[in-house]
Amino acid sequence: MFFFILKRLAQSVLVMAVVSAVSFSLFNFVGDPVNNMVGQDATREQRIEIRQQLGLDDPILTQYARFLGNMVQGDFGLSYRIKRPVDELILERLPATLELVFVSAIIALVVGISLGVYTGIRRKSWISRVILSVSLVGVSLPTFIIGIALIYLFAVHLRWLPSSGRSGTVELGWWKTSFLSVDGWRAIILPSITLSLFQLTLILRLVRAEMLEVMRTDFIKFARARGLAERAINFRHALRNTLVPVITIIGLNIGGLIAFSVITETVFQWPGTGLMFIQAVDFVDVPIMAAYLVFVALLFVLINLVVDILYFVVDPRIRLGD
Amino acid sequence: MQFTKLLAVSAMALTVASPALAENVLRWTSQGDALTMDPHSQNEGPTIAMNGQIYESLVTRDADLNLQPELAESWEAGPDGWTFKLRQGVKFHDGSEFNAEDVAFSFERAKHEASDYKEQAKNVTSVEIIDDYTVKLTTDGPNPILPNQLTSIYMMDKGWSEANNVVAPQDFKAKEETYAVRNANGTGPFTLVSRAPDELTVLARNGDWWGEGMFPGNIDKIEYRPITNAATRVAALLSGEVDFVLDPPLQDVKRIEGSDGLGVKTVAQIRSIFFGMDQGVDKLRSSNVDGNPFKDVRVREAFNLAIDKDAIQRVVMEGLSFPTGMITPPGVLGNTPENDPAYAYDPERAKALLAEAGYPEGFSIQLDCPNNRYNNDEKICQAAVAMLARVGVEVNLDAIPKAQHFPKIQKRESDFYMLGWGVPTLDSHYVFSYLLDGEGSWNATGYNNALVNETTDAITTEIDIAKRTQMIEDAWTQIKADMPYVPIHHQVLAWGISDKVDIPISADDAFRPRFAVMK
Repeated sequence: MFFFILKRLAQSVLVMAVVSAVSFSLFNFVGDPVNNMVGQDATREQRIEIRQQLGLDDPILTQYARFLGNMVQGDFGLSYRIKRPVDELILERLPATLELVFVSAIIALVVGISLGVYTGIRRKSWISRVILSVSLVGVSLPTFIIGIALIYLFAVHLRWLPSSGRSGTVELGWWKTSFLSVDGWRAIILPSITLSLFQLTLILRLVRAEMLEVMRTDFIKFARARGLAERAINFRHALRNTLVPVITIIGLNIGGLIAFSVITETVFQWPGTGLMFIQAVDFVDVPIMAAYLVFVALLFVLINLVVDILYFVVDPRIRLGD
Repeated sequence: MQFTKLLAVSAMALTVASPALAENVLRWTSQGDALTMDPHSQNEGPTIAMNGQIYESLVTRDADLNLQPELAESWEAGPDGWTFKLRQGVKFHDGSEFNAEDVAFSFERAKHEASDYKEQAKNVTSVEIIDDYTVKLTTDGPNPILPNQLTSIYMMDKGWSEANNVVAPQDFKAKEETYAVRNANGTGPFTLVSRAPDELTVLARNGDWWGEGMFPGNIDKIEYRPITNAATRVAALLSGEVDFVLDPPLQDVKRIEGSDGLGVKTVAQIRSIFFGMDQGVDKLRSSNVDGNPFKDVRVREAFNLAIDKDAIQRVVMEGLSFPTGMITPPGVLGNTPENDPAYAYDPERAKALLAEAGYPEGFSIQLDCPNNRYNNDEKICQAAVAMLARVGVEVNLDAIPKAQHFPKIQKRESDFYMLGWGVPTLDSHYVFSYLLDGEGSWNATGYNNALVNETTDAITTEIDIAKRTQMIEDAWTQIKADMPYVPIHHQVLAWGISDKVDIPISADDAFRPRFAVMK
């Protein structure tokens, strides 16, 4: 187990090196940051000087080596746009994103699994059919449209919830949380529903398909023959056997939630890392883009590691490395 | 209905009775947040707008863009500079006195290597302190428009800057942010209360402001929430969460106007949109013909005649633009009613001119266009492509983000490009020196005309205003005939404002809260 984790960590360093190298080579095509950094009345000499100061004229490999060297020393540089240290900016924004992703994941899991079990067991009822058709909306509409639609319905028309922003935060040391005030919860509802819809649908359909599969197996029939209660059959026997694929998908999708949060955060002006990333792309703020991508790669690697360990816990038949 | 209204009103009256709620809070939004509170660090719209509520300059502009005294009470031109009499009794927010030393210090700071205002401040070669409340700003020779060039150079306190180790603006080589990035100490009508970047910035009325009682504004507190997404921004206005949106998208203007309790104000912006044609290179980079058709003024005229600016106004801009024949708008010294009208739309004549110039079959060319900078920029370019096709010019459109577009112009890599230009000084010199002078840093057209070049130099030092204005107008007439650019229109600004507040709109797109009145 220990060596397994060590091996995976070594692999992840390699993955992150590749991700940062690929993203770094892409930055060349995003455009020139200098034009955004100076006013329109700056002279050509001043522009050239800034390019030299930032080392933008060096070969891309040199720039990458410099970035890696600084990063290993824990120095991610200064944002071109805001002129503040990048690691500090990311840490400042991280609580917003993590809380949003956390609430979305809970919504997706609780609602997705319950509806999945229900539609799997009562597959002929009309409620199941309605749920399934409505869930199609979740996968087929882009996050952007869903977000705007929710804003117009709940903020503009009904005026129940704020349209955007993250008001009502309470500071716990450096961590600003939305969970300790009513305003905080009101603000997080719409963005987390928007972000969760896609995952919710996915989990619902997956659990349903797995349930249908498991319900046909012999041990369920046998359990019925033994006269076990429906409840015990459905939840203790059937649901548990659907969990391995569900955990895989959830694991991969928590990474997906963080990635999708870029769009949700932009629509709702949610001050997390995703919004910061979009603004960085617009400005060609290379230090922020580079640090963010490395950070997301790290998250994916860690989540996958946790998922692998969870397999081991949920299903002892899976033997590692054999 | 009447009864419930009455109930609601009396309930409101009850709550208003408590003093904390009686203050006038203005909540507003626009796309971008200020990047820093350091007033010399970033020469960028939202940053200037935010800092301009906290910091002040010697000279400012009112809502109609007339020059007004701010920290200087009066000024007077001399042969080698201007003398400014400073306002007395002005205090910074931390209580320290504003005087001539702070002026000298602030100019030094604005001229620093790391300042983004060094171009604007370079006209002032040195600051001489005559007494505590008189300074002389020395210029390199006479400078007729110095006050125009000072409206966004903000004054900082020397003592505060020294105490907090911010005598110079933040530079890129530093590893740490400086104190001035998130703290502010100005002389202005509002003080910085709290700031969470991209979330909320709160400003409170400065009761000790020198202008207290001199302006109509009655705002006690300003809450600014930037909202990046345009649809969300409009939703915040429609739902009543904000009272004022600085930049609603043009397609939503009618919707805002149609909503109860909301209105839209529009004004011609100090920004013109136009195409540049590179007549300087010997062979165009993207054309199928040898040589450079743009060297021939008949081809440039044909381009001007082939594009129907009225149709662009009607179809692309939904009426929100002013078609023009100049690359600088009314309000800027040099724009005249004679030169402002657009070149007439005449595709037949355009075709004939192309044939005369030796291109009866037309030619092909690439149009470089930004897609995230100006109002409907990409759509304007698409319309132009279709219009030029009608006279036989085959245009390939390359619409790309501004971060890639502008370097092309800077590096002189484009044959035919879209550009927009605002004029903060409201004087043609700013247009000539960047866009029309042969050496202008944004002049990628290769246009190099002796009269225009000489005028650009001469008007920097000519103090006889009537003579100077005549020189500027003569140069524009020359430019109108030479047609280095294809002027399209002047942009229109639209502000979405709640009926609860009266805010005068300004053509420079700056919100001036000292004139905002809550009802």
